[in-house]
Amino acid sequence: MKTAQGIPLDYYIWLSAALFAIGVLGVLYRRNAIIIFMCIELMLNAVNLLLVAFSNYYSDASGQVFVFFIMAVAAAEVAVGLAILIMMYRNTKTTDINILNKLKW
Amino acid sequence: MNALYIICGLGIASLVAEIVNLKKWLVVLITIGIATAAAVATLDWNTTNSYFNDMVVIDNISIAFTVLICLSAVLWFWLSHDYFKDETHITDQSALVLFALVGAIILTCFNNMSMLFLGIEILSISLYVLAGSKKDSIFSTEAAFKYFLMGSFATGFLLMGIALIYGATGTFDLIKISQFTADHHSTLPGFFFAGVLLVMVGMAFKVSAVPFHFWAPDVYQGSPLAITAFMSTIVKIAAFSAFLRLFLNCFSVVQNTWLFTLQAIAISTMIVSSITAVYQSNIKRLLAYSSVGHAGYVLLALVTGSSDANGVIFYYLFTYSVASLLAFTVLTQLEKSDSDISLTDLKGLFKSSPILAVGFTIALLSMAGIPPLAGFIGKYLVLNLALSVGYIGFVIVAIITSLVGVYYYFKLIISMFQDSPDAKQQSISISTRLLIYVLVGLVLLAGILPNVFQVI
Repeated sequence: MKTAQGIPLDYYIWLSAALFAIGVLGVLYRRNAIIIFMCIELMLNAVNLLLVAFSNYYSDASGQVFVFFIMAVAAAEVAVGLAILIMMYRNTKTTDINILNKLKW
Repeated sequence: MNALYIICGLGIASLVAEIVNLKKWLVVLITIGIATAAAVATLDWNTTNSYFNDMVVIDNISIAFTVLICLSAVLWFWLSHDYFKDETHITDQSALVLFALVGAIILTCFNNMSMLFLGIEILSISLYVLAGSKKDSIFSTEAAFKYFLMGSFATGFLLMGIALIYGATGTFDLIKISQFTADHHSTLPGFFFAGVLLVMVGMAFKVSAVPFHFWAPDVYQGSPLAITAFMSTIVKIAAFSAFLRLFLNCFSVVQNTWLFTLQAIAISTMIVSSITAVYQSNIKRLLAYSSVGHAGYVLLALVTGSSDANGVIFYYLFTYSVASLLAFTVLTQLEKSDSDISLTDLKGLFKSSPILAVGFTIALLSMAGIPPLAGFIGKYLVLNLALSVGYIGFVIVAIITSLVGVYYYFKLIISMFQDSPDAKQQSISISTRLLIYVLVGLVLLAGILPNVFQVI
């Protein structure tokens, strides 16, 4: 049986698949922009968990280095995203994404 | 590799230019710098070098795409320097564009999944800011927000795919992954294939292929026009060169798992985009759908899986990006106030400024694939490649959709040559005239002498 830290590797895969699915569903169903940001973070963290588990299983550090890349880039992305959100709030006075329907068809 | 360093340096230099007040010469400096970068990149032609422990591998394909990106970037700066003339923060704009170019060049030469991720993110994060660079416009804000949301959502899928592939193979290196899959083909775990498909979904978002295209028309319409031009040319080239590297080189061993899905994506991209484009009256939206459609033809060349696909796709992207830069040059002259050019705005254009009308007509004819323009040869090469591997059904669909394309491109052309009572004479700056001549020349040249541009 493949294990990482004594726990079967499959458990990690199912856990992060579940977290990832929760994140995807959150992005698709929630209407508040900030909660959508949080759901995207959840998707990225599911990936981080999976990478760390695999990295431990292979005793290979590159997976954990990749996690650092993801963390740094996610921080940059959220910084830009929140700035865009503030810009949107200034123009529309709301964070509800249903207001974003000026561009269609 | 030196091309990458030069463009990084230019990005930092253009941030410093704000402090030392070099704004006047900035565009000239950047243009010369990018041209130098392209020239330096060609020095490595016919050699294969790897850098940073094989994280970056530079071969002929990546050099060709790097030069194409640099060429488009030079033309783009030429196009945009009039457009952004009145902006106070021109240095920030150009620094962001240059950093986006760095991301684009990384996407042409990565050999490691982490470089793929970093390249995509460097490209995308700069573009999120650029898409929202008209701060007071609600359209620009909405475009930036949608682009950001869809971009980071797609990145999530891409990363999940990368993590699963790492779990199955134990490496991020593309060459090692393809070796591993060739050696252990029968014992690969099921989640490896899920990983390949998730990577495909992430990349399909980036190239805006159906059914992951719905963000593209909104973003193209809302962003400032010059940024739309950047997104529909340079970003497309970079994303497709990454797509090529991943699916033609790395995952070619496991072709039977992803080929069917990608074929379905290519077909639906061609069909859906051409049907939707017919109903558009906003020109930026129409061009967005047309760019989605062009992505369909490139994907058709890609699913042939033949080694000739690299050269065909290179030529196709070259013709497409020259033609769409020409179209956007004309549109920047037409745009008046808030980000909307509709079909009726084109009426009487031939009378008010013939050069714009003729330039736009040539761009649209090339995109529609009318001989002897460049777009015709591009489409011909793609269809020829598809026929050579026996995809007759695909070729028939591609021909029908490009006939529909002829219909909606001609709708624009006809309205330009119609008479309009309020057609006024329009003055066009010399540099814009010159740019239109250069681009028309490139479209004609690539159509008449296609061999010159088929370098790989």
